[in-house]
Amino acid sequence: MIEARELTKRYGDKTVVDHLSFIVKPGEVTGFLGPNGAGKSTTMRMIIGLDSPTAGSVTVNGKSYARHAAPLQEIGTLLEAKSVHPGRTAFNHLMALAHTHGISRRRVDEVIELAGLTSVAGQRVGAFSLGMGQRLGIASALLGDPAIVMLDEPVNGLDPEGVLWVRNLLRGLADEGRAVMLSSHLMSETALIADHLVIIGRGRLLADTTVDDFTREAGGSGVKVATTEAVKLRSLLAGPEVTISSSSAEELVVVGRDAREIGVIAAQHGVALYELTPQAVSLETAFMELTHDAVEYQSAPADTERKAA
Amino acid sequence: MTSTTLAPEFSGTPVRTVTSRRVLRSEWAKFWSLRSSWITLAVGVVLLIVFGAIASATYSPDAATNQGPGPSTGISDAVSLALTGVTFASLAVGVLGVLLSAGEYSTGMIRSTLAAVPRRLPVLWAKSAVIGPIALILTTIAALAAFQLGTLGLDGEKIALSLSDDGVLRSLAGAGVYLALVAVFGVALGMLLRSSAGAIAALVGILLILPGLASLLPDSLYDNINPYFPGNAGSAVYALHQSSDSLSPGTGLAVFAGWVALTLAGAAFRLVRTDA
Repeated sequence: MIEARELTKRYGDKTVVDHLSFIVKPGEVTGFLGPNGAGKSTTMRMIIGLDSPTAGSVTVNGKSYARHAAPLQEIGTLLEAKSVHPGRTAFNHLMALAHTHGISRRRVDEVIELAGLTSVAGQRVGAFSLGMGQRLGIASALLGDPAIVMLDEPVNGLDPEGVLWVRNLLRGLADEGRAVMLSSHLMSETALIADHLVIIGRGRLLADTTVDDFTREAGGSGVKVATTEAVKLRSLLAGPEVTISSSSAEELVVVGRDAREIGVIAAQHGVALYELTPQAVSLETAFMELTHDAVEYQSAPADTERKAA
Repeated sequence: MTSTTLAPEFSGTPVRTVTSRRVLRSEWAKFWSLRSSWITLAVGVVLLIVFGAIASATYSPDAATNQGPGPSTGISDAVSLALTGVTFASLAVGVLGVLLSAGEYSTGMIRSTLAAVPRRLPVLWAKSAVIGPIALILTTIAALAAFQLGTLGLDGEKIALSLSDDGVLRSLAGAGVYLALVAVFGVALGMLLRSSAGAIAALVGILLILPGLASLLPDSLYDNINPYFPGNAGSAVYALHQSSDSLSPGTGLAVFAGWVALTLAGAAFRLVRTDA
């Protein structure tokens, strides 16, 4: 469990993190989202004590990070893939970290295998691709078998197979009861992995919500249904708080029932559907709207639009 | 209990508490797992031996005044010839110390290191405790080797000495102690400045250039403070004969160690007080 309370970091007169409070709970994947420069990395650095807060506090499993006797067991971190000496081999890098906690060579081999680095463990890290560097960073985060895993942009530079691997890995870690926190500036990617969302902009908390709630709110524009029996379906779906509109003879847009309900009702009454699409505003768009004001101060609106494209 | 396994709620990986000994073990492993450590260390040792051997082999009494950039006392003796390479070796081991500490900042490794040891100070002590003894042992052996090779070259010369002569062993061991302290000095400068280039420049400036610059001071002032500069105090540690204006080996050692301790204190302060 990570608990941030009124966490604040100022550099001179620039406030990078501004009275930020949130909780990362065990058994969940918490997505930590914000545009570039929102203060995500600084927050993560404060969590593990690399930077000290100007005000406020953050605890890891009830204590400030530095007070733990075996910190790598409390929280394993991937901050930047480049937190490694390029002249050292992947194995030696992990072994050097392992020594500080009396972690065995066997565990080092284990995380190397887990990260899919077995064939390159003896190579110097300087020759690694970005993706391999990320895998090494994830391996070192898992070294101490930590109760919390915190990863800064873990899928950066990974190929699709690697992205899927990270997604499954993090899901598995959360299912084992660990707290998982990952930062990203990509909403759509995060929504696939996370349960909970902490969204910040310009260092301030913009939203603390679940992915489901966020998706529901974003997807307020209903479900598009296409069927040859539009009139029949319309009456079947009708009910209080359900509004149905249609743009053509065979298409309905239903607000107030989700796609699953509509499908079940249609099936029960033998209505054949040939399209059933939640009309979600894309999560990315919803995210952009939420963080728009936060970004606006840093770049011209036109710029923002282009980034969204 | 350092061997207690904590929070066994996840898999069976034994994870133990961070102790100074484990940090030392980690820094030891870090040191030897970099090629640059081996190379720099070898360069220091080779410079020490080769310069000493060459200076002794090419010694001729007529050209005695021209004895290179060693800790010139004006008196030529077998030990100062054998230790001609100390100045160069001190740059090598000093750079080695800098790479050990500032190298972590320039590569980003420091984030991994401090995430594992968030109390931070054990890292600085461990780095010093790793490099100091390594430099001490290897450079003392190299100084002995330089001297022994030198005696071959000086065979029959008036200035020839043997290991059993008064002060010879003390001087040679003094060179090892000095170089070990220089290595720790490098670690401290690297941690203080967090930049390899900056720390190396500071090292060269303090050990080699500062005494030269100080000679611009008025004579009376210069004569009083000159022996206390790090480089000059350090060279007193391994000089066989003390000239009138230099410190005794014991005082020189104390003064140089004081400079190193001061720098270490500054490095410790910055390490603990500023963001990594």
